[in-house]
Amino acid sequence: MSLTLAAIVLIAPLVAVVGCLALRSPRAAEMLNLAASLVTAGAALPLPFLASPAQTGMDGYLLVDRLGAWVVLCAALVYVTASIYAISYMRLLDEAPRLPRFYALFAGFAWTTLTAPLMNDAGVYWIAVELTTLVSTFLVGFERAAESVEAAWKYIILVSAGLSLALLGTVLFYWAGTVALGPHYQMTWQALGQVASHLNPTLVTLAFLLVLVGYGTKVGLAPMHTWLPDAHSEGPAPVSALLSGALLNAAMIGIVRYLSIAEQAGAGSVPRVALIALGALSLLVAALFIVRQRGVKRLMAYSSVEHMGVIALGFGFGGPLGVGGALYHMLNHALNKSLMFFGAGSMMRAYGTKDMTEIRGVGRHFPIAGALWLAGAVAITGAPPFGLFLSELAILRAGITSNAWAAGLMLVLLVVIFAGFLNHFRVMYFDDALAQAPKQKAVDGWSLTAMALCLVPLLVLGLWWPAAFSSLFHEVYATLSRGMP
Amino acid sequence: MTLPHFPPLAASFFGLLAIASLLLAFVMLGSRWLRDYMYAFGLQSWLIALISAGIGHYEQVPELYLVALLTVLFRGLLLPYLILRILRRLHADRELHEILQPASALVLGAAGVVLALAVAYRIADALGDPGSPVIILALTVMLSMKLIGFLMLSIRHEAISQILGLMILENGIFLGSQILIPGMPLLIELVILFDLLVAVASFGVLARYLMEHAGTTSSLQLRKLVG
Repeated sequence: MSLTLAAIVLIAPLVAVVGCLALRSPRAAEMLNLAASLVTAGAALPLPFLASPAQTGMDGYLLVDRLGAWVVLCAALVYVTASIYAISYMRLLDEAPRLPRFYALFAGFAWTTLTAPLMNDAGVYWIAVELTTLVSTFLVGFERAAESVEAAWKYIILVSAGLSLALLGTVLFYWAGTVALGPHYQMTWQALGQVASHLNPTLVTLAFLLVLVGYGTKVGLAPMHTWLPDAHSEGPAPVSALLSGALLNAAMIGIVRYLSIAEQAGAGSVPRVALIALGALSLLVAALFIVRQRGVKRLMAYSSVEHMGVIALGFGFGGPLGVGGALYHMLNHALNKSLMFFGAGSMMRAYGTKDMTEIRGVGRHFPIAGALWLAGAVAITGAPPFGLFLSELAILRAGITSNAWAAGLMLVLLVVIFAGFLNHFRVMYFDDALAQAPKQKAVDGWSLTAMALCLVPLLVLGLWWPAAFSSLFHEVYATLSRGMP
Repeated sequence: MTLPHFPPLAASFFGLLAIASLLLAFVMLGSRWLRDYMYAFGLQSWLIALISAGIGHYEQVPELYLVALLTVLFRGLLLPYLILRILRRLHADRELHEILQPASALVLGAAGVVLALAVAYRIADALGDPGSPVIILALTVMLSMKLIGFLMLSIRHEAISQILGLMILENGIFLGSQILIPGMPLLIELVILFDLLVAVASFGVLARYLMEHAGTTSSLQLRKLVG
């Protein structure tokens, strides 16, 4: 059952890619992409709850386990809302002839982020992550402004260089595994997990650090985050949402799986401490840049650095609360950051600028979209009653028992970010200094639907942490702590 | 730990090739002419292909012949050809703005090799087999080519040098992994193909940039996005 659903998840976007390229009609392409995203989400929604016990398919190359399926669920939700929003946003660009290509790339990008978490072979996982870079580079450069091309160049060079470290780490893990598995074996997560206790701890520590820096580049952990604000702010808004909500999680899952193996191999506290340190540093860097930010989409991008730091801290703190909180945070952040990018994209188009000093009176000009965006801003800073409050609280509670220093730092930085982030919104909403009327047509039914679809689940998840999620998170924690990723 | 055990002659042959590849990385580091980088990179790829084929022969892994063929075709011929074509179109011959003189870059590169050697000894110690020179050599070359690649990425600003820097990062991995673990050729084959895609994609981005802003290909000019 879970394999069939996974197959649907993996085939639907590919159908959209082929269809968009074949039909060459902008309207058909946007509808085809939307249909594919709906099918994908329909199949991905029940997937994490059916994925126990874990199943493998395609000669052991495909792994449907709860952790992977959870990340796929987050990615699929972002794919749906971003596809709905893209219909509104991409029409504003007046580039109808290039739309079929855009949607083909968009569906292809979604496909790569859905594929990577389900890869069972650590080497193929690396290739899948590299593939996400390849496809999304062209999406980041899609708007063809000089800044977009600059961002695309930085993105592909920095991320490829980072990922080459992850490849070296993968090779060293393979080498470490030859001790128990012989010179030829398929490097699946289970195979490594089963022999983890026989691996050489020194070699595994080195390999894990390489993998952490490598995939950490893709996750956007500071100090390897420098590509992220550029790529997120220069790509079209639906692409930014997919980059932030889907891609970053897909790279994070690799770090989590390797962490579980490294711990089992007796690598000591180094891997966990390194992950916590990178997480805390990401929060610090994000806090500094959020407070002094001017670009509206760069603000959202640095907020992604912040939240990836929070998720890294959650997995670093570990324990049922830490892992559960981090997984819950993945879902909440995926929904919330999509909402924020949608709002930012529409406002950017309405006011014709990315500069927050020229965006004024949002609430007055756009009562509905403005209200949704403002609610999202309150949610993303971790205020109740939204989902991120619960997940950040869980991670903090996990941190107090395992690493009180990092937890304290996290709390302080979250407060700084809360104040800094919302201050930008206060100015954009309640300062009417520039009373230049924005273009009303920047917001339409499609974009409002997409934003509402993000906000409602966030509110529900903030008021009610479903019991099904708790048991799912606990099972993920149990498998990870047994070194069976 | 299954460590490869080659006959003495083969071991010294592989050692020689590995050292020659490392020297070629230094050639790239010490030159400021883009054409030199490209030739050194092409030659390095040929040497690595030789290593693949040799190990395929000694370890009886026929897939490694395919890896050798792919390396020669893509990294030894196709990429240098593409780069030559771009160089002709751009009229970019050399690095114009050097952050470091080639001599200083060479010294830094040498320091990187020393660091890599120290790490390699540490790993070999931990594995309890400190006496096998091929392992230490392979690890050293692998890690130091990483460091040199990153050094090139950070001190060279011509777009072509940056793409070549990326390729050196991966050449080191190919070289080391084939000596250390001849058993994972499938992954290496896939990675070689992927690398080509990455290079072509970056050429694509580069070409688009040129279409809009004919003139420079130095990443020093890319400074609109800060903060």
